[in-house]
Amino acid sequence: MLDYDKWQEIIDSISKHKLRTALTAFGVSWGMFMLVLLLGAGNGLRNGVNHNFLDDAVNSLWIWGGSTSKPYKGLQPGRRIIFHNEDYKTVEASIGAVEHLGVRYWLRGGAQVKRGNEVFDYPVRCVNPGHRYLENTIITEGRFINDHDMSSAAKITVIGQLVRDAFFTKDEAVIGQYINIKGIDFKIVGVYLDEGQENEMRNIYIPVYTAQKVFEGDDIVDQIMFTMGDISVENSALVEADVQRLLAERLNFDPEDKQAIYISNDLEEYMKFQSFFQAIKIFVWIVGLGSILAGMIGVSNIMLIIVKDRTKEIGIRKAVGATPASIISMILHESVLITAVAGFLGLCAGIGILWGLESLMTALEIESEFFRNPEVNFGVLAWALFTLVVTGALAGLIPGMKAVRINPVEAMKG
Amino acid sequence: MISISNLYKSYKTDYNTLEVLKGLDVEIEEGEFVSIMGSSGSGKSTLLNIVGILDEYDSGEYRLSGRLIKDLSQKDAAIYRNELLGFVFQSFNLLNFKSAVENVALPLYYKKISRKERLKLAEEYLDRVGLKEWAHHLPNQMSGGQQQRVAIARALISDPKVILADEPTGALDSVTSQEIIDIFKEVNNDGKTVLIVTHEKEIADDTDRIILLRDGVII
Repeated sequence: MLDYDKWQEIIDSISKHKLRTALTAFGVSWGMFMLVLLLGAGNGLRNGVNHNFLDDAVNSLWIWGGSTSKPYKGLQPGRRIIFHNEDYKTVEASIGAVEHLGVRYWLRGGAQVKRGNEVFDYPVRCVNPGHRYLENTIITEGRFINDHDMSSAAKITVIGQLVRDAFFTKDEAVIGQYINIKGIDFKIVGVYLDEGQENEMRNIYIPVYTAQKVFEGDDIVDQIMFTMGDISVENSALVEADVQRLLAERLNFDPEDKQAIYISNDLEEYMKFQSFFQAIKIFVWIVGLGSILAGMIGVSNIMLIIVKDRTKEIGIRKAVGATPASIISMILHESVLITAVAGFLGLCAGIGILWGLESLMTALEIESEFFRNPEVNFGVLAWALFTLVVTGALAGLIPGMKAVRINPVEAMKG
Repeated sequence: MISISNLYKSYKTDYNTLEVLKGLDVEIEEGEFVSIMGSSGSGKSTLLNIVGILDEYDSGEYRLSGRLIKDLSQKDAAIYRNELLGFVFQSFNLLNFKSAVENVALPLYYKKISRKERLKLAEEYLDRVGLKEWAHHLPNQMSGGQQQRVAIARALISDPKVILADEPTGALDSVTSQEIIDIFKEVNNDGKTVLIVTHEKEIADDTDRIILLRDGVII
């Protein structure tokens, strides 16, 4: 009963001082709103780029042949370096850090892929079983290429979701069906998804040995790549150097020749991005703390002015019998109510905008490489709101206590 | 009702001490209607503030309704003010954001009386000062005389023993002033002790007794 009365008095006071309430509320709302947007944008940026890496294993080395740029043991520069099956097997056997090794070979002159009368141009990737770990390939139907397919040079294929969508209807069973690649029928044994870029799902995989036998008749591979498990950036650089040395020895080029083969270290790239994100994160935090601080200062200022503005009211209330405690409690309740509600509304507005942005991006199917899923951490926001409310309360409390000590007669003159 | 003996009060500034009350003795019986007169600076407002427990004194003794009023905590002072005293000020001192009836009801809020009950009582008291129709107007929609009547109703609502008025007609014209004084007379007839500070002779003449102050002593 009494509490109800008290809140009624407080709500009455708030509703009759609309400007004062609105000013306070705006300061807090704006602070929270900006903080939510900032944190959301920062996270969106990070999620966006992180997602790009989902496509590939981030701890991997990618190696492909180039042309020598330095003379070596009487050999002229400008010699093309080509990998053969034995080279990748040696890498797999000799480099201790190799976790999963994949190879890739492209059909020369591209490939026409047919089923019945339907003809499409899809990239055909000739790979080994280990390749799936490099691309984070997710099998949704059937299976991936296995060792038996390799040794028997089986004419089987694993197709991407987009290929499946192009050739088959949704309900059609695809496993066991055939597609024709460059005039030869391949039996479909699996369908896969890729979480990274959509284009990854346009690929058609066939066993690399099959391709070598059926189409070209040699044992060339275009690219060798392997994952390295849990490895530090420093160690991955050492592995990189080992690979360079090993292949230089096998293929007769200067170990210092950086153009004979190209090695791309995904982990290094990933870590570069990660430290970039760390920087963004710190920046977002600094700006966020800045906006909270600005909010705190704004709220404190308004509270100081409000209490000054209320000195006469406090004097009158004292004269008619208000105890100091009841006046302090009134000021505190009001400021906490206003800042908490306003802060919460600002927070909701911010989250609403982030949510709207995300659903807009989903609805319009915008796939940005730099912005994705702008989420915010609710714990952080709760703390920010709490800080603002406490600041507002303290900022009202100190001048409030001072105002309460003033002689009511003096206060009423003001 | 009010018993003051050998009361001293001075205000200290950075450079000197200003003695305002210099050994004052005052006795006011229950039910009296008394005015305090004196030129400005004679200490009359200071005396009223001490009597109203709005200010403290340096030495001497002040008893209100038999109780020694000295070195009270803020809380006790608030409770005594609420129970024993009703104030009327020159500048009315109403809360501008509250309607007449809410202003009148305010002392009862601090007596923890329910909203419904105190608003009902406030309307009765507004009726007594002839402002029933104005109950839901805001102070700035009312004339000075009306505002002062609202203030009187507010002073009366907690049924105090003493009504203290500091230049209650100072901001009003003479006709309105007379109306206000008439109300005070009625209040006094109901048995309340009324103490008015004024510098207007006509007002003072309407009271039962005049206490004249000059330079901090009674003459």
